[in-house]
Amino acid sequence: MSDTRIADRAQTNGHATQDQGDGRGLVARLVSGLAEQVQSRIPVADLDERDPDYIRENLPRQWLLSSLYFRGEVRGLGNIPEKGPVLLVGNHSGGNLTPDTIVFTLAFCAYFGVERAFYQLAHNLVLSMPGLSFLRKFGTVAASHDNARKALESGAALLVYPGGDYEVHRPVWERHRVDFGGRKGFIRLALDHDVPIVPVVSVGGQETSLFLSRGETLSKALGLDRMFRLKVLPISIALPWGLNVGDMLGHLPLPAKITIEALPPIYLRDEFGLEPDHGEVYDHLMRAMQETLDALAAERRFPVLG
Amino acid sequence: MRVVATIDVSAPPEAVWEYVSDPERYLHFMSGVTRWEVVSDEPRGLGARYRMLMRVGSAEVGGLIEVIEYAEAGDLAWTSVTGLDQRGRWRLRRRPGGRTRVEFRLSYGVAGAGFFGWLSEQIGAPTVRGHLQRSVRQLKRQVEQEQSRRRAATRRRARAGA
Repeated sequence: MSDTRIADRAQTNGHATQDQGDGRGLVARLVSGLAEQVQSRIPVADLDERDPDYIRENLPRQWLLSSLYFRGEVRGLGNIPEKGPVLLVGNHSGGNLTPDTIVFTLAFCAYFGVERAFYQLAHNLVLSMPGLSFLRKFGTVAASHDNARKALESGAALLVYPGGDYEVHRPVWERHRVDFGGRKGFIRLALDHDVPIVPVVSVGGQETSLFLSRGETLSKALGLDRMFRLKVLPISIALPWGLNVGDMLGHLPLPAKITIEALPPIYLRDEFGLEPDHGEVYDHLMRAMQETLDALAAERRFPVLG
Repeated sequence: MRVVATIDVSAPPEAVWEYVSDPERYLHFMSGVTRWEVVSDEPRGLGARYRMLMRVGSAEVGGLIEVIEYAEAGDLAWTSVTGLDQRGRWRLRRRPGGRTRVEFRLSYGVAGAGFFGWLSEQIGAPTVRGHLQRSVRQLKRQVEQEQSRRRAATRRRARAGA
């Protein structure tokens, strides 16, 4: 063994490295390369990419999908303040294809008009997937504090899903559970910009596939959490794949009926004082959303059919 | 897509006009309409603007509309300013025997939406047509009931005077 190799082994405490050429090293290099590709594809936040004309021309397509396939029903849009910035906080369902977002975006744009700026935060992976660049024209930007700040400062309505990838891949037996995984960053965001929070509760999205497990352990073992910010590697039974690990290529969602309800706005400083306790706000919001989700779930007579 | 609903009302055009020209009555007789809100200084007349929404499928569609024709007891027409492209028209025509032929027309679509726009117009048409037909039936019932009340009040006054 040459002196250089001995020195390398000393630096890594004797563990295998990517340079050693064994199987694990190759996988790590591939994953690392893929991560770099994904990172390079994540578009820089540019709110100007939202295109009202494009949205308007595509509303009929969304309407067909939402009305015929998902039999969408959106209630309480009148609870959303007519003007000004607002933080819409939703529970998230449906795996990497999120039908609740499609149904809600259509309803919002039809109700308030495409002229009202409306942005949605999405996971980096969603925005970097080939073929999904059109989402940016709908106002979808990568989930980050910077993008959220820019959107609210511009006076727009901003839709966030604090539960993100953790909630969207919850097992099907937890489909009627709001689970943000304790993420409270949206409260700080609302306070910093002094904007009301409107909870948006949806039901039905988690019946578009048979979600079995988040696969958190698997994700951690493969290092996906560090490289892609992916805390999960979901396992589901979905069309057309059968057993679907990762859901990276998406799936054909079952035509589950989607019902969404926007709740009255919460003005944090009016209701919780000038310096609200984040835990108290979080608990209040969770309670309100869970109660609404329970009520919406109680209306459903059959899985998928609604 | 153009959808039309027609009905004969047993009341003169002036009585029907009281209803179709009053934005505050729209939520009472228009089927499927979830909002008809005055957004201009003048609630009625040429140039009056309303924000209207009608539930069709999974969405409430509509937008800002402006009155572009306002002929008393005759025609009231509007066109969209924002939102879904639409032109609407109430057309009232006098008929013998103190009756009125009421025609309610609505043309709608999304310019530039292509095939899916056409398809959604076709699929949405039965719902819109149903809303229009129910609207003219409710209009007829409300106008005729109001006429009956007025006639009864006139008879009571006549009896009281005699």
